[in-house]
Amino acid sequence: MQRIGDAPRVRRILVISAVLLAALFLLLPLVAIFAQAFAQGVEVFWRNVSNHYTVRAIGLTLFITVLTIPVCLVFGVALAWLVTRFSFPGRRLLQTLIDIPFAVSPVVAGLVYLLLYGRNGWIGNWLDGYDIQLMFAWPGILMVTIFVTCPFVARELIPLMQAQGSRDEEAAVTLGASGWTLFRRVTLPNIRWALLYGVILTNARAVGEFGAVSVVSGAIRGQTNTLPLHLEQLYQDYNTVGAFSSAALLALIALLTLAAKASLEWRAARQEA
Amino acid sequence: MITLANITGSAPKRVLPGFGLSLGISLTFVSLMLLLPMTSLFGQLSGISLAEYWRIITDGRVVASYIVTIGAAAVAALVNAAFGLLLAWVLVRYDFPGKRLLDALMDLPFALPTAVAGITLATLYSSNGWMGRLLDPLGIQVAYTWVGIALAMAFTSIPFVVRTVQPVLEDLPNEVDEAALTLGASDATAFRRVILPHLWPALVTGTGLAFVRSLGEFGAIIFIAGNAPYETEITALMIFVRLQEYDYVGASAIASVVLAVSLALLLAINIWQGRFIKRLHGGRG
Repeated sequence: MQRIGDAPRVRRILVISAVLLAALFLLLPLVAIFAQAFAQGVEVFWRNVSNHYTVRAIGLTLFITVLTIPVCLVFGVALAWLVTRFSFPGRRLLQTLIDIPFAVSPVVAGLVYLLLYGRNGWIGNWLDGYDIQLMFAWPGILMVTIFVTCPFVARELIPLMQAQGSRDEEAAVTLGASGWTLFRRVTLPNIRWALLYGVILTNARAVGEFGAVSVVSGAIRGQTNTLPLHLEQLYQDYNTVGAFSSAALLALIALLTLAAKASLEWRAARQEA
Repeated sequence: MITLANITGSAPKRVLPGFGLSLGISLTFVSLMLLLPMTSLFGQLSGISLAEYWRIITDGRVVASYIVTIGAAAVAALVNAAFGLLLAWVLVRYDFPGKRLLDALMDLPFALPTAVAGITLATLYSSNGWMGRLLDPLGIQVAYTWVGIALAMAFTSIPFVVRTVQPVLEDLPNEVDEAALTLGASDATAFRRVILPHLWPALVTGTGLAFVRSLGEFGAIIFIAGNAPYETEITALMIFVRLQEYDYVGASAIASVVLAVSLALLLAINIWQGRFIKRLHGGRG
């Protein structure tokens, strides 16, 4: 079989240039993060990471992520079930609407939440009367994080559930399965890997969101500082090693995300074969 | 008035359970988390006159930020179109050691938090960074110029091109290659005349998505941008600056421009993609 670009010379040039460019453009920054974090040795890295404010920032980031994931899961599964199993007017519109968070600049996302739930917004103003403050506090951070991450689970599930069709589920209903049993015994085993991948993406984005969170957080050290905001402050204070120590933690999560994705894809490929 | 009961009532009988529940969850979520916050932007803007609105969005410093943002995003998208096409081609067509690693690396910009990418690129390309030290003697300034802005944009949006072109290239049957080559075309001609027309829609879609993403990017850019007024300020930063001045109306006006442009572009990409899919599947889909 003869194929375009299979001549050894063409092939070599293309592979080498692709690898070099990718190494320079993608791998070098990754290496630089860890090189900077450990520039003054493991001990300094550890002191930076176990610093009181860093620990508080890690805690807040984990807290926000742990609350975000279940919300995105419930919404993602419900939306995917709705648009792939039923046809109704407005189905296409709904599918377009959930892409909004991907198109909107994170700063704009933060801004619209600030306008609505901030003290000057009508809901924020009303809540203020009850002494409830959402913005510049963790609930605001949680809300914008949910906003920017909500499409991931639905996005992973919809194409898969569309391709699988609803025959299995219809059979189960005919055999008398109740709604919950149907979901747990038939749907869930079919979608579990896509669901897991959706959660991994949600997690990566929730941990690392910067633009939207920086608008609504107020970045109070030790209180409303998430890890990305914390590293920004350290960087602005010219504490480069400190900033990169936090960055290395986030980069580690990113690497775990990539590894998880690769292993899920490998599993899927093996199942097909 | 449309109620839940008459939506479900008017539709044909459904076999599967959970329509009401999933519709309820989805609509509640979409209206509370997506639509309601969006309306606040218009609420904020309804308080000012059209002339006032126009004055805010055409302010000299803001217009300069549009030019910087759009220019850098265009350069980043075009660079990514070429780079993304090369990577997709190499990943689909060739086998070589480290291929799986290269493939996994392509998703790094999506997985890596934007602020981390931002400080890393700024450090690498500043005059005493690894890259800056090499480029400085050549007279190439990347950090704190618009080149740095374009670089950060290209970094965060490269997966869009690779991951849109890759599956289309994978689905292209070998016969296409063979037919062209048997008929005597050179590699370059065959690629341009036979392969590229197949990839074109995916390439345009991927490049378009990369462009839209670059227009709104914030975290990766502000560290490397320098943020000098009229020169290296991006529009997302202008919104942020207005907010820090407690100028909510100004921030909202500029945000409405950004929002309108990104939504219009996204819609255009969807329509373009839809038209192409129709042509491929003979009117279905």
